Amino acid sequence: MKSEAPTHSNNNTKREFAQFFLEVGCEEIPAGMICGAAKELQIILNKYLALEKLTDGTEVIAFGAPRRLVATCPHVWLKQEDIQRQITGPPKSAAFDGQNAPTRVAQGFAAKYGVGVEKLFVVSTPRGEYVAVEQLVAGRAAAERLAEIVPRAIAEIPWPKTMYWTGASGLRFIRPIRWVVALLGGRALRLEIAGVAAGAATTGHRFLGKSSIAVSSYNDYLGKLEKNYVLALPAKRHEKVDRELSKLAAGKGLRVHADAALLELVVYLNEYPSAILGNFDPTYLELPEEILITVMRDHQKYFALRRRDGRLAPNFLAVINLDRDAKGLVCAGHERVLRARFADAKFFWELDQKCRLADYLPKLASVVFQAKLGSYGEKVERIRALSRWFAEQWFARGIQQARVAHADRAAELAKCDLVTGLVREFTELQGIVGGLYAKAQGEPEEVCWAVYDHYRPTGLDEPTPRNLTGATVSIADKLDTLVGCFAVGLAPTGSSDPFGLRRAGLGVVKIILERKLPVSLSESISAAARGLFGYSPKLKVTPEIEKSVGDFLVERARYVFLEREGFAYDEINAVLAAGADDLVDAQDRIAAVREIRKTRNFEPLAVSFKRVRKILEKAGSEKKWRFPAVRPELFQEEAERKLHAAAHRVAAEAQGHKKVRGYREALQGIAKLRPEVDEFFDRVLVMAEQEDIRRNRLTLLAELLSEFSTIADFSEIVAAEK
Amino acid sequence: MKSQVKHEEKKSQKLLEPSFQDLILELEEFWADRDCVLQQPYDIEVGAGTMHPETFLRVLGPEAYRVAYVQPSRRPADGRYGENPNRLYKHLQLQVILKPPPADIQNLYLQSIRAIGIKLSEHDIRFEEDNWESPTLGAWGIGWQVLLDGLEITQFTYFQQCGGIDLDPVSVELTYGLDRIAAYLQSVDNVFDLRWSCHRRYGEVRLAEEQQFSAYSFDYANPEITRKLFDLHEREANALLEAFGQASDEVKRRFPVLAAYDQCLKCSHLFNVLDSRGVISVTERATLIGRVRQIACRIANAYLAQRSLASAPVSKAVRGEA
Repeated sequence: MKSEAPTHSNNNTKREFAQFFLEVGCEEIPAGMICGAAKELQIILNKYLALEKLTDGTEVIAFGAPRRLVATCPHVWLKQEDIQRQITGPPKSAAFDGQNAPTRVAQGFAAKYGVGVEKLFVVSTPRGEYVAVEQLVAGRAAAERLAEIVPRAIAEIPWPKTMYWTGASGLRFIRPIRWVVALLGGRALRLEIAGVAAGAATTGHRFLGKSSIAVSSYNDYLGKLEKNYVLALPAKRHEKVDRELSKLAAGKGLRVHADAALLELVVYLNEYPSAILGNFDPTYLELPEEILITVMRDHQKYFALRRRDGRLAPNFLAVINLDRDAKGLVCAGHERVLRARFADAKFFWELDQKCRLADYLPKLASVVFQAKLGSYGEKVERIRALSRWFAEQWFARGIQQARVAHADRAAELAKCDLVTGLVREFTELQGIVGGLYAKAQGEPEEVCWAVYDHYRPTGLDEPTPRNLTGATVSIADKLDTLVGCFAVGLAPTGSSDPFGLRRAGLGVVKIILERKLPVSLSESISAAARGLFGYSPKLKVTPEIEKSVGDFLVERARYVFLEREGFAYDEINAVLAAGADDLVDAQDRIAAVREIRKTRNFEPLAVSFKRVRKILEKAGSEKKWRFPAVRPELFQEEAERKLHAAAHRVAAEAQGHKKVRGYREALQGIAKLRPEVDEFFDRVLVMAEQEDIRRNRLTLLAELLSEFSTIADFSEIVAAEK
Repeated sequence: MKSQVKHEEKKSQKLLEPSFQDLILELEEFWADRDCVLQQPYDIEVGAGTMHPETFLRVLGPEAYRVAYVQPSRRPADGRYGENPNRLYKHLQLQVILKPPPADIQNLYLQSIRAIGIKLSEHDIRFEEDNWESPTLGAWGIGWQVLLDGLEITQFTYFQQCGGIDLDPVSVELTYGLDRIAAYLQSVDNVFDLRWSCHRRYGEVRLAEEQQFSAYSFDYANPEITRKLFDLHEREANALLEAFGQASDEVKRRFPVLAAYDQCLKCSHLFNVLDSRGVISVTERATLIGRVRQIACRIANAYLAQRSLASAPVSKAVRGEA
């Protein structure tokens, strides 16, 4: 049993530091991964530098461009600190004999650490006396440590899908590494990654720059790369693209169709991005602008342009990886590609409409939704039934816009565009194309927009369907997917969620809350389950599955309340514990709790409720003590009587408020109970000796708790510390 | 002397605007100069150059190899009766396999683009993420599509697995889309307007083929017979593989594994015909792909087993480059 503990350091007075610089040169890294990978590299290097005590806490900066990941730290100690360690060895009894002479054990221990036995000393530990030796552990040179750390750090960067290229046992990385620059204080570190020796030479732009450029520091690197047509810093690329796009648009009296995601993408697709302006045949403007923009953005990564009146202009902006397009060759090439794309889109737009949208319905029978859940044709049957069910419910509850016929028709048409040529070619236009065809074919406007919008919301910050019918079909579609997938064992686990169920769940919650729809989660889930059983695939959904879908949706709601509405954890927990089947109602209750908790009486009352809950839990099973009702004749103290009477009065009032969802007023009333509750706890000993008195008091508290826990479970509220 | 003049004439014309066949000749010459075996198209219908045994089988095992060939590739579902300017039932790919890939493979590829008359510094050439996968071959790789001024001209793939087997060393596969590149070089919007040779247009050479094979695979192919053919070729392939499994080493050495692979290719093409005919249900689709993949994977294993019995390897094992 040897332990090591650093005691004090030595000879560390004057320490030198230097700049560490690293560039990992790769074949083109997928644009969407560069930024994340740089962040990971930063975290990993910070971790190792701290672990090795190589920095004074100065953080690593890291960033990337298509062919390189870059990291630098301005302050790395050239040498680790020397450390004086005390090393504990064998027990004293084994190390010295009766005459206090060192034994062979002691000699062996001393020899191992290269000292004479006279340097050994005795330390006392909780386990007894042991011999020990002091040793100076010399700090190692940073260059030496970095040569080990850097290859490990690079190998640790996580990627979605990796490859090998030097052989099956070689390094796995996102793309082959072709050069490495690793400098400490301007001098190249001796290290190797995947067979590539690090050096001091980087590489410029593939076509415009030199292929070997010696660099001595971070600043030298940035400057020299810029001269060789690489803007290594993403911010610089961003700024250049942004400026050039605006300038070209303004020159034509147009404005850029803003697209932050596309801008970010082109920043990571080009090492020296430049914008060029191209044209297309204005006759293509007859196509819906959604189609034109999608083709330009998703397929060609072009920015669309708008006129002053908001209409699309027959121009586009492309970002190219060059300094300029002197001869206009690049522009002509991009224009030709776009022409072919638009010609394709126009071809399908016209071909698809040779028959009506509904005529595509039979073809959905051959498009699989999920192997165990059948085809889209079958899914459409279920969505129709569920949409009708929702519309009927809502109409019956006085929502005048709920039209069963619209909901049914929209659900029937919703998936038809999946088998059109246009959506097969441009899959991201699903829903939109169906909506546009429906409109062109004279379906009611409500139905057209419903088809158009029914995939919405595509994210937490994305818009929900614009009309009630769209909301209906969207919820029905997502709920059918959720219940179906859960039933066949496809509930998301960890980071794996191939069917996007979390997003679907968030979508359901977001639509319900935004439209304030009266939806019982449990009843809706049951309705979806009935559809899965009544129609193909005739799947039996167990109550346990239904419950897990409900819990899953409540979890999404918890997330929305927390992240979007900014409610506090405990407010959300308190309310959801009191019931979460109606999310709109839950949101109203949370809002009321948040408002009331600021008032003087509320948090102390919440503390009292927590106390009540604890007392009742300690008292054991209710069966043992609870009376059917409080028995006033058993009251001994005035405080008991007063609490009982006040509770009775407040409960009656609160009931009235709750009926009209006046949760704020109800909670205000409840908060007024505080003096009576406080007095009760001051004066009354709940666990009285006499059994029926004790049981009566417990019954009083139990009634109080259940009566006032229907809005929120106050015992979940975490009182602010004073 | 006369031929010299003719050659010069051809050269100058080529610089102006290479014909479709000039493009093929340039690329083949380029890769032949870089130690590639110039192979010929495979004589069985395939959906991609990857299915040629010179790729599918050669990438397996340890021996170094370099090969280039044009492969007409049939994609029945992409047929448009010769009426669409960009879509073809059969398009021509130039396929290059470099095993193992040299470290400057990207530059090498770019030199080939320069060789066909494209000045690199005047064009927007980029490598955009595109990982390739062939479920029927049990093959996948990591790579890019290469874009020339926004046009996809090449699929560039580091093969990682083929026939379900991890590759060691890996191979790089370059697949040039010849029709597209030629259309670009000749500034033509419609593939059928391409100049194939000095005097012939692409349409003159190929239009009838496009029309007839589109009609066959969309309208005429008899689903019942096609299915039967699929079953028969599958049976033949499986019977061969079965026999291989039971054969002695002596017999295995000369066993017709290559013939079994031909049966597998037949199945793959027949599946594509059934698919374009629109007679495959969703579940059946997955099943049929699985059946072809199973044969492909068994063949890959049989091929490796056979190679390990060979008295002398085809060429020296891998040089230490990558």
